[in-house]
Amino acid sequence: MNGGFAATGLIARPAQVWGAVRLVPLVREAPLVGLRLDRRVHEVGDPSIVDVGDGTYYRSFIPHAFVASWDPDGDRTAAFGTQLQERPVTPRNARMRMPPRRATRRMARGLGGNRLRFLPMHLALEGYLALHFGGPAIVWEEWTDRAVREGLSPRVEEAYCGYAVRGLADALKVFEIHRGQCGVALYVADTLASVFVVPHPSDYRALHATLLEDLYGEVLFHYANYVEAVPDFVVGIEAERVSSLADLRRAAAGQAGAWERFHHLMLSGLTGEGSYTSESVYRLGPFELSRFLPSFRLDEENHIGERITHQDGRLAYCKTFRLSAAQIRRGHLLTTLHAHGWALDAAATALNTTPSALARRIRESGFEGLLRQHVVERLEREGRRR
Amino acid sequence: MVDRRDLVACEDVVMFVNAAVTSTGQREFRDDAIAQRLSVEFLHEYILGNYRELYAASLALDINDFNAALIVRNLLVSSRDLTPEVRRREGELIARRLELMAPQRVWRLFRELARRGVNNRRTRAIMRDWTAQRRDPVLDAVKYRTGVKATMRHAHLEVPAETGTFLFSSPRKVSAFGTPLFETWRQAHYAQRALYDLPYSVAEGLASMHGIKRATFLEKIAPQLTRLERLRLQDAAERAGVAAVRADLTGMPLTRLASYVLSLSQAERAARHDELRHAMTVSARRVAGPAAGSWGRVVAVLDDSFSSFGSTAKRQRPLAVALACRFLLKALAGEFTGLWTSGTHDPLLVRPSGPTPLGERLIDALELAPDRLIVVSDGWDNSPPGLAAEVLRVWRERLDPTGATAVVHLNPVYDAEGFDVKRLSASVPTVGVRDAEDVPALVELARFAEGRAGFAELRRYLADRQDRFRSRRAAA
Repeated sequence: MNGGFAATGLIARPAQVWGAVRLVPLVREAPLVGLRLDRRVHEVGDPSIVDVGDGTYYRSFIPHAFVASWDPDGDRTAAFGTQLQERPVTPRNARMRMPPRRATRRMARGLGGNRLRFLPMHLALEGYLALHFGGPAIVWEEWTDRAVREGLSPRVEEAYCGYAVRGLADALKVFEIHRGQCGVALYVADTLASVFVVPHPSDYRALHATLLEDLYGEVLFHYANYVEAVPDFVVGIEAERVSSLADLRRAAAGQAGAWERFHHLMLSGLTGEGSYTSESVYRLGPFELSRFLPSFRLDEENHIGERITHQDGRLAYCKTFRLSAAQIRRGHLLTTLHAHGWALDAAATALNTTPSALARRIRESGFEGLLRQHVVERLEREGRRR
Repeated sequence: MVDRRDLVACEDVVMFVNAAVTSTGQREFRDDAIAQRLSVEFLHEYILGNYRELYAASLALDINDFNAALIVRNLLVSSRDLTPEVRRREGELIARRLELMAPQRVWRLFRELARRGVNNRRTRAIMRDWTAQRRDPVLDAVKYRTGVKATMRHAHLEVPAETGTFLFSSPRKVSAFGTPLFETWRQAHYAQRALYDLPYSVAEGLASMHGIKRATFLEKIAPQLTRLERLRLQDAAERAGVAAVRADLTGMPLTRLASYVLSLSQAERAARHDELRHAMTVSARRVAGPAAGSWGRVVAVLDDSFSSFGSTAKRQRPLAVALACRFLLKALAGEFTGLWTSGTHDPLLVRPSGPTPLGERLIDALELAPDRLIVVSDGWDNSPPGLAAEVLRVWRERLDPTGATAVVHLNPVYDAEGFDVKRLSASVPTVGVRDAEDVPALVELARFAEGRAGFAELRRYLADRQDRFRSRRAAA
C-alpha cells in the first residue's frame, strides 16, 4: 500500500455501521480490465495440508482458493461486460464441504494458460510464518542442536474464523453493496481488521460473503465481544440557518460531505511510509502478485497481506490481516535476532536488556527449546569468549 | 393536559397495533425468526396483562391473520375474572374476526388450542359457532381434514354420521361413501381420474402418490384452482408449458400481484410491461374504490435499497409493499409523483439493491410541495445515517410549521428489538403496513402515532371501529 491510498484507483465511500463492525465500501470509477477473480471452493477438510514446495508443509483451515485469470495484453480486453468468460470454476452458490483430506500443492500455482490458483490470506500468513523460519544462520554456542537443525519448526499461529467474530455475520448480511463497489475496509471496534479489494464489481458481489470465512486476528475477536457499538456519524443540521428548501438541500449536501470525510483517516495503519516490505510471488502478465510484511513496530497496528498490483500502480486485489500484539512481538523478536546475526548478546544490547532476560522473552513468546540455558547464563556472566 | 399515564398507554397501544399489523414471526432482513417470534409473543403478553380491553379491541383493526390468531388464542386461554358483559363483547369480536380470517388459519388456531388443552366453555362455543356457519362442511372436511378432525374431537362437536366415518376411519376400511365428495376422495386413492374433482391442495399429494407428471396434473387440475393458487402457480405452469393455468392478473389482490411482478426476471418484466402495468393499475383502482383521485397532490418516497429484499422467508416483501403502494397512491391521488431511493423511473423494473439515501429523496419530494408526502421504507436510513430524520425535523420547524403538507411514514418491517416498527423521525408519524390495501385506514391511524391525540380519543376511535366492525357482521 506504499505510495498512499490515492494511487490505488479506489475511492472510499461512506461507511455503514452495524454494532461494533464498520464497513467502508471501496469503489472504482471504472472496473479494472484484464484481470478477474473467481472462487474455487475447496473440498479439503479442516484442517487441510498445503505443500509449500520447498519441503515445508503447511496445515490450516482453508475454505477456498481464488483463481485469477488475466489477459496477457490488458489493453486490448473487451469493454466491461462484454468479456466472454469461461464457466466459473465453482458455481457461485457452492458451499464448503468436509470430505477426506488431501494435500494442496503450492500456495500459488499456475493452472495453465492465463490462470493462477492461490490461497487467499494464506499466502500472506505463510510469509509471516516462514519469517526467519530456518533458525540461526550462524551456529552460536547458545543455540541448541535442534534450533540449528530444524529451525523454528513447527511454527504455529492462531487466528479466528470470521464466523467467530460476534456481529460480523449480521454486519455483512445487512451491508448494502454500492454500485461499482470493488472492495471493503473492515473495522471491528474501529480498528482496521482487514482490507479486501477485487478487480471487478461482479467479483466483489460474488466474493462478499467469503469475508466471513476469512481469518481475523485475536484482538478483533476480543474487541467484538467487549465493544457493544461504535459511534456512527451523527447528522446535525442547524435549524436556525435554514430558511428555504435550497438552504436545506445545501445543508444536507454539507452533511453528506462531512460523512464521507468522517472515516478517511482510519487507513493510516496500513499506509505508513516505508514500514512495509514486499516480496514478489508471481507475475500475471502486467500484474504482479506479492505479499507484504510489516516492520513489526511494537505498540502499533501491524498488518500482513497480499496484493495484486498493475504495472501502473493500481491495486487489483488485496487482502490484509491484522496481527495480534503477541504476533507482533514474535515478529519483532525474530527480526531483531536476524538483524544481529542471531548473536544473543548483541540482540540483547540492541533491545536494552540482558541475555537471560531475552532468553526468557524468547521462551515466553512460544519458542521452546531453542536456547541452552547454561550457555546463556555464562554469556551473561562472562560475555562472549573471543 | 394529557395525563402522563395516558400518554404511556396511548404509546403502548399504538406500538402494539403497529406490531400486530406488520409482524409475522418470520425472518426479516435484520432479525431472525426466533427473535421476531420472541419479541411478538412478549408484546402480546404485555398488552394482554395491562390493557385487556384494548387488546381485544385491536381485533377490529386491520391487523394481520398471524397476530389475530395469537390474540384470539391468548384471549381464550383465560377468561375467568371477566364480567359476563366483557366476555360477550370479546366473544363477538372473536367470532367476527374468525369469519374474516382464511379458514386454514382458523383451523390451525383450533388445533393450537387443542394442543394447549384450552377447553373452556367459551372456546367450545366459539368452535361450534364458527364451524356451524361454514358454507360447505363436506368440502372443509376433505380440504382441512386434520384441522377439522382435531376440532371435532377437542370440542366434542356433533358431526353427521358419514363425516364422522370420513374423519375417523381409514379410507381402506370403507367400501363406499354416500356423500359424492367423500366418495371421490376415496376413489382418488385408487383411480387417477377421480383425483381431478378434488381441491388442488388435496389432489397434489395424491397425484404425487400416483406418480403423475407435473404438467399433466396442472393441466387437468386447472379448473379446481382457487384465485391465489392460480397466481402462485403461474411460474410453475409456465415452466411446465401449461396454458390452462394462465390467470387473469387484473383480478388479483394488489400486494400479491406486486410480489408476483417482482418474482419475474427483469427481461420478462420488460417484455410483459404493458400487461403488468395494466393489471397493477386496475387492481389498485379497485382498492381505491370511490376514494380514487380524492387525495390531492401526493408524493411518495419509496425504498428500493438492498434491505427491501426482506428475507428468503418473505422474499422482497418490503419492496412489494412499496410497489403496491406506488400504484395505489397513484390511483388515490389527483396528481402523483413516485420517487425511488435508487433513482429508478420505471416502477415495474425495480430491484432491491444499493444503500438508502432517504434524506436526499425527501428533499426532492418536499421541493414538489405536495399535499401529502408518504414514505414507504423500513426506516433504516443509512446514507448518511439519520439525514432523513434531520431533514424532516428542520423542515417541520422552519419551513412548514403549520403542517401544510401531511407526512406519513409507512413501515412494512417489524423491528424485534424495539417492539415496534422503526421510526424515521419523532416529528413524523410512523405506522406499520402489511398489505398496501390497508393504507387508507392506516393513514387515519397515523394521528395517534404522532402522540398529539390523547388516550381518550384513541379509546373513542377504537370503540367506534369496534362498533363498525360488529355492525358489519349484523348487516352480513
